[in-house]
Amino acid sequence: MQTQDVSVRQSTRKKIHLSTEDQIFYTIINILTAVITISIIFPLMHIVAASFSDPAAVSAGKVIIWPVGFSLEGYQAVFSNKSILTGYANTIFYTVAGTMVNVAMTAMAAYALSRKNVPFMNSIMFMFTFTMMFGAGMVPNFIIMGKYHLLNTRLVMIIPGAIGVQNLIITRTFFRNIPEELLEAARIDGCSDAKYFFSILLPLSKAVLAVITLYYAVGHWNAYFDAFLYLNDRKLYPLQIFLQEILLASNVVDPDPDAAEEMRKLFNLLKYCLIVVSSVPILCFYPFIQKYFVKGVMIGSIKG
Amino acid sequence: MKDKNDLQKRIVQNWQLYLFILLPFIYLIMFKYVPMYGIQIAFKKFDPVKGIAGSPWVGFQNFTQFFTSYQFERVIKNTITLSFYSLIAGFPMPVLLALCLNALRSAKYRKVVQMITYIPHFIAVVVMVSILRQVFNPVIGLFGILYQFLTGSTAPDLFGSAKAFAHLYVWSGVWQGMGWGTIVYIAALSNVDQELHEAAEIDGASRFKRVIHVDFPAIVPTIVIMLILRSGNIMSVGFEKAYLMQNNLNLNASEVISTYVYKVGLGAGNANFSYGAAIGLFNSVVNLMMITLVNYISNKVGETSLW
Repeated sequence: MQTQDVSVRQSTRKKIHLSTEDQIFYTIINILTAVITISIIFPLMHIVAASFSDPAAVSAGKVIIWPVGFSLEGYQAVFSNKSILTGYANTIFYTVAGTMVNVAMTAMAAYALSRKNVPFMNSIMFMFTFTMMFGAGMVPNFIIMGKYHLLNTRLVMIIPGAIGVQNLIITRTFFRNIPEELLEAARIDGCSDAKYFFSILLPLSKAVLAVITLYYAVGHWNAYFDAFLYLNDRKLYPLQIFLQEILLASNVVDPDPDAAEEMRKLFNLLKYCLIVVSSVPILCFYPFIQKYFVKGVMIGSIKG
Repeated sequence: MKDKNDLQKRIVQNWQLYLFILLPFIYLIMFKYVPMYGIQIAFKKFDPVKGIAGSPWVGFQNFTQFFTSYQFERVIKNTITLSFYSLIAGFPMPVLLALCLNALRSAKYRKVVQMITYIPHFIAVVVMVSILRQVFNPVIGLFGILYQFLTGSTAPDLFGSAKAFAHLYVWSGVWQGMGWGTIVYIAALSNVDQELHEAAEIDGASRFKRVIHVDFPAIVPTIVIMLILRSGNIMSVGFEKAYLMQNNLNLNASEVISTYVYKVGLGAGNANFSYGAAIGLFNSVVNLMMITLVNYISNKVGETSLW
């Protein structure tokens, strides 16, 4: 009786008063997480602050994490640069068109592959999964794209990556977790496979469709490699290629001499602004994107 | 005979499903398996005029050329160094952070930390490398400014140093992936039975002791799986980041298999398709072997950890 009393008293006391050991522990993890958070936010703040600063202050290395001599000159230069605007428009096109193709193809494939007892489907699923472990590689891919006459076309940014196997697996897992009784009931009512997909399965799968839409969209927005490899027409370049040209070049490259002279003056400032401008769409949707990306990790990890 | 009829019947019954898979299947063949047919140029002397099938066979000549070239050792060494270092430095961080996050008392503070630490995951490679360049700029970057402030002398140019390359590459990867990597562990931690915590608390276990004896054991299976998955990629270092961070000054440390494949296979000047394809194939086969081996081990481990 008495020991119980003591432990009850102790635990109530603990709720109000932490033991010294616990106080030290909580202090340490609070500090640790704060340090990690700061180490992530500081470089980002530095970039944003510099982008809003005076070009002279940037070049002199005066900007730490707060704008010095507020100015929008860099942004004016960014938005009056034709290459960047072209890149922006192209990227928006590739992202929208590409994502639509991605989601349609992935949902169709996932539906057929999610159904049990259909001949050949398991083999096809294996063929998809195998491509995750083994691919043709850069050079054969490049030759075949040439054979298909896809080099230097807008289609090469959309078609070759039409289905991401990871997303296919996530969608298929999700479809498989929908109770089979639903399909059986629909069948008894005379519902065809296609009708079941469009009027029952898809409305129930909004969550997973949102997840893969965002995965694909962010993927397209950030994509660099395919454009780097398959495109060499400046009119078709997505934003990332122009970014690479400007951000990583140590010299100003612009076919227009006036623009080049203007850029030389603002060179450092411009880089900071570009980093911000290219990331703005993702930052705008960030809370939304974050929520669904986390959801995707969860669905993906159910199957392991 | 009856089986055959049954199969036919099942195919006919499901004809709509085959319509659904038709386009994806054509895509799969055209864009994944036809290029694999093109791998044969690794064993040929590819001639664009004669095409893939018409080029003459040369056996393993392209492979031996790679194995005996002076680049071989450097490229393999850099690839393994980078991925091994990434594993050692990058793997424990999310585990540690997840345990800390889970133990935080303020749910609001935890949300803020999660929100911020996830951000870098969404940054594009080109932008990431640009951020690195700006931040580590000796004069105008955050690093340069702080270095100047603390030591009084100008910071070294880390981007032009072969010695610093691996550290920059790996730690920027840690910076970018640490927060995102916690998600799987936090999911596992949310499944920990609260009664275990309560029981331990009544026994007088401090919060730290409970992290060690309750939380940590709960995520060990997840840790093992993640570790196994990661080690399957030990021979692959992605093209993009290494290529974008490369310059003539750090090439000794930054040339990895994928960037080398690009340069010899498709790069400007004397591109040798067959040679590039051979190196790419060598890398793919090694990766496939690693993944198969790792899968085999994970099945074994998975079985033993089931009890």
